[in-house]
Amino acid sequence: MTETPITMDKVEPTAPPRSQWADVWDQFRHHRGAMWGAGVFLFIVFLVLFGPWIYWNDPQYVPTGRDFLNLRDTRPIYVALFDSGAKTNWLHPLGTDNLGRDFLGRLLIGGRISLAVGMAAMILSVVLGTFIGVLAGYFRMLDGPLMRLTDLFLALPLLPLLLVAVLLFRDKLSGMFGPEGGTFILIVTLVGVTSWMQTARIVRGDVLALKEREFILAARSIGTTPSKMIARHLLPNVMSPIMVSATLGIATAIITESALSFLGFGFPPDFPTWGKLLFDAVDRMQLYPERVIWPGILISLTVLSVNYVGDGLRDALDPRIRGR
Amino acid sequence: MKLMTALMGASALAAVATTAFAAGHEGPRGRDGEVKIIYWQAPSILNPYLSSGTKDIESASMVIEPLARYDQDGNLVPWLVDEIPTTENGGVSEDLTSITWKITPGITWSDGSPFTSADVKFTYEYCSHPEGGCAQLTKFGGVSSIETPDDLTVVVNFEGSTPFPYGPFVGGESPILQAAQFADCLGARAPECTEANFNPIGTGPFVVTEFKPNDVITMAANENYRTDGKPAFASVTFKGGGDAAAAGRAVMETGEFDYAWNLQLAPDVIAKMQEGGKGTPVVGFGTLVERIMLNHTNPDPSLGPDERAVVRPHPFLQEPAVYKAMSMAIDRPLLVEVGYGQAGRVTCNWVPAPQLYASTSMNCDTQDLAGANALLDEAGFTDSDGDGVREANGVPMKILYQTSTNAVRQDFQALIKQWWAEIGIEAELRNVDASVFFGGDPGSPDTFQKFYADVEMYANNFSGTDPQSYLGNGLCDKAPSPDKQWQGENISRFCMEEFDALHAQLASTGDLNERGRIAQELNDMAVSNGMMIPLVDRGRLSAHSNSLGGVILNTWDSELWNVADWYRMK
Amino acid sequence: MLTYTIRRLILSVPTLLFISLVIFLLLKLAPGDPMASQPLTVPPEVREKMRIALGVGQPWYIAFPKWLYQFFVVEPLYLFDAMLGTDWAGGQQRVISWQTRSPVMDIVMQRIPQTLWVVGVAYVVAILIAIPIGIYSAYRQYSWFDNAGTFVTMVGFSVPPFFSGVLVIVIFSVWLGWFPSIYDTTHKVTDWASFKVQLQQMVMPVMVLALQITSQLSRFMRASMLDNLNQDYVRTARAKGLGEKTVVLVHVLRNSLIPVVTVIALGVPSIFGGAIITEQVFKVNGIGQLLITAIQANDLPMVQTLTFIFAILIVLFNLIADVLYGLLDPRIRYD
Repeated sequence: MTETPITMDKVEPTAPPRSQWADVWDQFRHHRGAMWGAGVFLFIVFLVLFGPWIYWNDPQYVPTGRDFLNLRDTRPIYVALFDSGAKTNWLHPLGTDNLGRDFLGRLLIGGRISLAVGMAAMILSVVLGTFIGVLAGYFRMLDGPLMRLTDLFLALPLLPLLLVAVLLFRDKLSGMFGPEGGTFILIVTLVGVTSWMQTARIVRGDVLALKEREFILAARSIGTTPSKMIARHLLPNVMSPIMVSATLGIATAIITESALSFLGFGFPPDFPTWGKLLFDAVDRMQLYPERVIWPGILISLTVLSVNYVGDGLRDALDPRIRGR
Repeated sequence: MKLMTALMGASALAAVATTAFAAGHEGPRGRDGEVKIIYWQAPSILNPYLSSGTKDIESASMVIEPLARYDQDGNLVPWLVDEIPTTENGGVSEDLTSITWKITPGITWSDGSPFTSADVKFTYEYCSHPEGGCAQLTKFGGVSSIETPDDLTVVVNFEGSTPFPYGPFVGGESPILQAAQFADCLGARAPECTEANFNPIGTGPFVVTEFKPNDVITMAANENYRTDGKPAFASVTFKGGGDAAAAGRAVMETGEFDYAWNLQLAPDVIAKMQEGGKGTPVVGFGTLVERIMLNHTNPDPSLGPDERAVVRPHPFLQEPAVYKAMSMAIDRPLLVEVGYGQAGRVTCNWVPAPQLYASTSMNCDTQDLAGANALLDEAGFTDSDGDGVREANGVPMKILYQTSTNAVRQDFQALIKQWWAEIGIEAELRNVDASVFFGGDPGSPDTFQKFYADVEMYANNFSGTDPQSYLGNGLCDKAPSPDKQWQGENISRFCMEEFDALHAQLASTGDLNERGRIAQELNDMAVSNGMMIPLVDRGRLSAHSNSLGGVILNTWDSELWNVADWYRMK
Repeated sequence: MLTYTIRRLILSVPTLLFISLVIFLLLKLAPGDPMASQPLTVPPEVREKMRIALGVGQPWYIAFPKWLYQFFVVEPLYLFDAMLGTDWAGGQQRVISWQTRSPVMDIVMQRIPQTLWVVGVAYVVAILIAIPIGIYSAYRQYSWFDNAGTFVTMVGFSVPPFFSGVLVIVIFSVWLGWFPSIYDTTHKVTDWASFKVQLQQMVMPVMVLALQITSQLSRFMRASMLDNLNQDYVRTARAKGLGEKTVVLVHVLRNSLIPVVTVIALGVPSIFGGAIITEQVFKVNGIGQLLITAIQANDLPMVQTLTFIFAILIVLFNLIADVLYGLLDPRIRYD
């Protein structure tokens, strides 16, 4: 159960000893799923970061006058393959929405917010959850109070909580960080603060079981300090549920963000996000299936790729699998 | 009063037409089995005096009825009475201080007991009880007493001369309650009468068999209903909940339901649903106008809580050139096409109907971006620093444009933002959840009354056909302010002495044609002085299945006003 | 373990009181007004009178104890009266909803059947599917089964029910016409035929809900199994000559259940809490729909009561989870 595998070789080492992280990277590199996942994820990040600069259409622009009627509701160009009568336009590869705004442009710019909110809120929620879970599981003194706090947060009704938070903090935050920065911080905090409880409960449960295992007893008997104990012995062993929580957390955060902006707590209504694009398109699902399919694919792809990265990371961090 | 006679004549004709219409579908009561109605807002209570939500009033209108109703054209129709009282037939006193209703003999409640004037009088007492918190108190505004000379005569006395005496007991909002059932429910005890509130005894075509609040109502035909052979349906399932799209789908695409109420959906979505071939949308117009209100106070966030949205004037919105240009930049026919389709009409008026009160003096059908730009240039509001946004009175013309969350409203916001950008006005958009926006909580910064924005968009209308109190929403002293807990209907804080004076004149005028003229003048005065930018006259779009006959969409009263005449087409 | 359970149960009383106070203050602080659902044609003076009649403006130190008394004393009395036919309550004021002016608990009782039918069944279905999937995915890690499972569960979790619900309605109700798109809450199961109708109307909401729950559960099950499959005790068990089935399904499974038990225990209260979006999409009108409409209408007594019942269940099931940990892994001790 120790971190560095005991080498049984009698041969003199010829190369300098490798660091643990090099080992982890080595293992990760050979994990096919993880490399694919990382590749796809980086590609999506690249697209949403640089896409809007390269891409020629302004996602917020609404054509006026005669252009409006010509440009609204154009279909993606691939639709012309099976429906020659469809209204398509090469300047708008994925078509336009019911107000003539370019759909690809909206997807790209919307991805920035969705990804940023999804990642940031997920990290916040996982860090918070892990921290509270480990503390509660390891220190018996803290278990009661922290778990009752968890119960409280689980019981709070989400919507009134959001209303109160918006009422109390929106103006202050937008004063400090500007309207968009303030909204971003508010949304990330709200999603993070309302979704850490499951991770905390799971981590605590695992830690409760782990800390009675022999290797912990052994570590304690040689005088390992609690902080070292947590960092070196407990955390690596609860990595897998944390990874699952993280993966699921991204999906939850992206969807919750759309619910927030739908309720009017999020970004201004003309700021597209994947969740909001998906929501707005549901009514016209039969007429324009592309408008639900693309945001749906992007959200799923992001979550899938993070899932595989998480799998690879978990395998790479597990000393028993490493080098197998 | 000539017009009133004309109204009566028309309504008499309408009554004849309805009977003729139903002639081919006669038969015993309850012959057509079940009818299923879906409202995407679920009814919470069947007592309109405790809740005036449309869902509650309309579901209750199948059970309890008023003395007279409005028909689909806004004319009064006698319902539980023989005729509409007027000054001509002596029903309304010459000095306009009392009105006498003659109840049709032989009407019974669904429990078989006779319907009498005592019930009508009781209804007034129920609503006017000081501790009752009656939602329809305005219906009885100005009533001093109610007399019941005999079982079939009701005399309503008003405190002063009342040119429009058809407030009490007219329309779905003030139906008659049974005195025997509600006798113990007066005042503070009103909420304790759950059984009565959920299952009122009425004179209507149906009686409640089971009421599940916020979910579903089941009803059965009223065996004691006054007309033989009606209603055609033996039972009703009245489902509530979900959203407009699901309701439309259930009627027009899957055919599970027969009638869906108020489908606020984009026209292309409705058209797609109609392709399902199971149902048909119907449209009716009332007085609902989607408008942009212009703030007449300064909403600058740097002002303190007692000054923000209180101190006048707005930095630039009261400049005639500015609000005229903002209105000219809007392509109203396009808004109608994008947002409402057949359920919308371009309007430049605050009061779009009835015809008597609807002004025809203004025209706003065509968008004129060039003209709007020229107007602003002429007034000297030019873009002096080259950032694409004009400056007016030393400040850049940047505005915050808020509205409630609703797919159509967000589309409108995006479109109008673009048009305003083209005339050099930059708009920042904000949407607020409807329950907060219309909530009126003085603690929230996001309510429409507080108006912490430069412009805001919503829809408003008035009940019944008389716009006097609605036009009163433009009076100076109705402006919301912190010392009034931000209550008040003058949302834009419009204030003009001439307007107040003219409104006082309206309140004291009895002649209908003169009232119409004054109302139109008030309407024009408010709109042309920058109180609001009217956008769309919004109709009501509902859908019924192709096999449901007898539906006449009525926006002046409950949509289910003639449910007794509905039948199944064979 | 017994003393621990008793101690926790006693401790849960102040916890719950504190939670109810926090919820109450939160609701009080939240902007909103029960008159928001009334049309704009109702003038402010009338709204104010309606508010006073409802008791909206009462300060918290009056309203909160009143609610506590009604919830903990009056409501149980009414419950006894209804069961035993007595009259202990004596017509005392119950917790009254502001929307419907009727007792909150009556409406809650009305909603429980459809919530249990739909959300409860979805949970059972999801658990029955998720656990075997999780076990087999972990046992055959990176097999085609595992990869397919990963794909389906991840996409299933990423697609929100407001979309997947409408999608299944369009496919199965509009195109194929197999199932009704609107749940009939008045339907009563009396015989085989009506049970079939009930099944038909349950299929779609259960499918949508179960997909979400399965995705989550099976991921945790798989991860936890993977952690344990490489442990030394598994090698020992195999070396002892135990059958593969016994090793995986008894030894590994038992040790992998802690996170799964946690997730299920967190999920059971949400059976009662209902599924807000799924219920809305299919018009199931269960507890979830009741809660969301009450929140939108600012019906504080209703929201307070529902969230508090929810809180009781959360505290209770987390306690059950803690007890189960001790049974699954006897090394875990709390005292």
